[in-house]
Amino acid sequence: MNIVPLAYPQKGSAKKTGYWRIFRPKINYEKCIKCMICWLYCPEGSISIINNKSVIDYDYCKGCGICANECPVKAIEMVKE
Amino acid sequence: MVWIKGDKMSNLVKLLGRDEYLLSGNPSCPGCGLALGLRYALKALGKNTIMIVPASCTSIVLGPVPTSSVKIPVLNIAFAAAAATASGMSEALDILGKKNINVLVWAGDGGTVDIGLQGLSGAAERNNNFIYICYDNEAYMNTGIQRSGSTPKGAWTTTTPRGKRQSKKNLPFIMIEHRIPYVATASIAFPQDFILKLKRAREVKGLRYIHLHTPCPPGWKYPSDKTIEVARLAVLTGAWILFEMHRGIFKLTGPSIRLVEKKYRKNIEEYLKIQGRFKGISKKMIEDISKDIDENWRYLKEKFLDNNRK
Amino acid sequence: MILSGNYAAAYAAKLARVNVIAAYPITPQTQIIEKLAEFIENGELNARYIRVESEHSAMAACIGAAAVGARPFTATASQGLIYMSEMLWWAAGARLPIVMGVVTRALAPPWSIWSDHSDILSQRDTGWLIFFPESAQEVLDTIIQAYKISEDEEVLLPIAVAWDAFYISHSYEVVDVPSQRNVDNFLPSRKKYKHTLDIDNPFSHGNLVFPEYYMEYRYYIDDASNSSKKIIREVDEEYYKIFGRKYGGLIERYRCDNAEYLFISLGAFSGDIKEAVDRLRNRGYRVGFIRIRCIRPFPSNDIKEVMKDINGAIIIERDFSFGKGGILSTEIKSALYSLNIPIISYIAGIGGRDVGYEDFIKIFQSSYKCFNLENIPEKPIWYGLRVIK
Repeated sequence: MNIVPLAYPQKGSAKKTGYWRIFRPKINYEKCIKCMICWLYCPEGSISIINNKSVIDYDYCKGCGICANECPVKAIEMVKE
Repeated sequence: MVWIKGDKMSNLVKLLGRDEYLLSGNPSCPGCGLALGLRYALKALGKNTIMIVPASCTSIVLGPVPTSSVKIPVLNIAFAAAAATASGMSEALDILGKKNINVLVWAGDGGTVDIGLQGLSGAAERNNNFIYICYDNEAYMNTGIQRSGSTPKGAWTTTTPRGKRQSKKNLPFIMIEHRIPYVATASIAFPQDFILKLKRAREVKGLRYIHLHTPCPPGWKYPSDKTIEVARLAVLTGAWILFEMHRGIFKLTGPSIRLVEKKYRKNIEEYLKIQGRFKGISKKMIEDISKDIDENWRYLKEKFLDNNRK
Repeated sequence: MILSGNYAAAYAAKLARVNVIAAYPITPQTQIIEKLAEFIENGELNARYIRVESEHSAMAACIGAAAVGARPFTATASQGLIYMSEMLWWAAGARLPIVMGVVTRALAPPWSIWSDHSDILSQRDTGWLIFFPESAQEVLDTIIQAYKISEDEEVLLPIAVAWDAFYISHSYEVVDVPSQRNVDNFLPSRKKYKHTLDIDNPFSHGNLVFPEYYMEYRYYIDDASNSSKKIIREVDEEYYKIFGRKYGGLIERYRCDNAEYLFISLGAFSGDIKEAVDRLRNRGYRVGFIRIRCIRPFPSNDIKEVMKDINGAIIIERDFSFGKGGILSTEIKSALYSLNIPIISYIAGIGGRDVGYEDFIKIFQSSYKCFNLENIPEKPIWYGLRVIK
């Protein structure tokens, strides 16, 4: 413990926030047009672009639903946990 | 609905970059507007940034000791003190020869428009060298949704249960009148506009002020998936005006450009009815809100657009 | 040079090579910040001067500067100090080395610009170390020493150097201004600490701490304040070796050897108390004087050691804690509790009312009677009080 209150950068400062979810986003890759708007608007930064594909990190995704609401082709569905 | 196609999107991805400075799993609410705003801001400014955070929601989003949710140095500071702290820090870095470090104040509307106004005005008058982003969720959200000077007229908050009677304090206009080198407004629904503004601001010396609209699901009472939609409607109805004032030259940006003409603005009720905080407001109140919005546009039009100030 | 206390402070800050000054004017501190502005404008001091819009902002700016490794300085008084109070707590809690001059002045209402110690003493809980020089020379020396103490890794607490309005701030005396070279030898440039903000090693400072851990951070502040006693004495000795002046560490003992009775006080009274002690000694009274140079950390052991064979002490102070008593006498009495020595508390000079050596002789004589009759007044005596009925 330092004598000064310091905090060092790390994912999960509120632990595994995936546990907060009531609904989880599910991407239908057939419909997906790879526009990356879901990646753009995710407040958690829990959507990554891997090999040109949007991948959701369910450890931290809080299930807010912004990705599903903004997807221009409705390729993301919010499914009950 | 405004979205970007094809190669424009890949340009936007390039503009934002893949590095995330706001780390996942932080304490922000699901659908938090300010979290998205901070994610964009840090992408725009990069790792050579020291951030000063006064008491606000962000104080909690930063995470409890010993884990921080941002990958840059941060100094937490008292509620009223952000701008003065940034003045001291930027002068110190300069005289210590540590050039090219962005000093960023990331403050809420409460800590800017109300208790932080004196410090901000002082820093503006001295033209100290730092970037001040006020993220506006239009109330004291961290303490449980009490009204601030930035709460819009008619909005429910815990201290204005029948709706705020006064108009929203217009800080961007106040900052214009301080004649600092850079003033802009932005919205998280229009990330490209925000990030380009921030990148331009980064290259300016002196006090740079950006007022960012960041909707708040629990405070504005709408479901968390609508954050971007709400922010977008604020702009498209003319309630939130996107502009940039750079070296004395004023211009509207993004969708706001053509909204000078009232006929192109969406009906204000579209923006109001999607938010629970405006539930049950009277016709008279909607008219008053509309009048306030018209007044903002009139001010800008007369001051800048009719004879563009040079 | 012939300098006032305020000018001596400005010279000290210049010699200490402060590089960020953030200050707001308030009587009777203005000469300090005006002189520093002059030094900067004519190139004698390489520092940034932030003409802040309030004292609260002055301390905020010092905190911002210290957090990235600069050496800040500010000065204030009375209303400004109290306005700054929130940030005083922040500076100490953030463990940032900062030195501030406080020209002690009475608090309003009613308005008063004259000397009173309630302003700085009301801030004694904050974690700041607090020094009370008695002369312009000591103001200069103490400010330079303060940077060395404050920046020590075992201390890392901000320091307030407080001196009386007008009596010390505006009175001129001969002051030996050391050479820049000697000061540079004594006070190296500020080093980097574990909590100095650095883009190459990012961390957040001052985030939320749950009840499980908060107490420890506060304990460390007290621990550092106590550890600073050793450092204060060492720095006083080191200063003596280079500059030829020393002040006794935390307290100054004036003619305390074989004393039966003692005055205890601080600040501008000291000169006149010493004069009173000399005159009383000439008349055969065995009286001495403890001048408290440093009130935080509180010099309990130093005072206790001197008080061992004392039959009575008279505490004279220019402050008050309403509803309790004099701040100094409250603290001293609690430190000396086990020694069971009769102590009389005098409140004098409030709001800058003049008190001189003749008054101190009178005070001694009435106290002497009390000690000998073993009739010690419980309540503090407000010297010269005109009761308004």
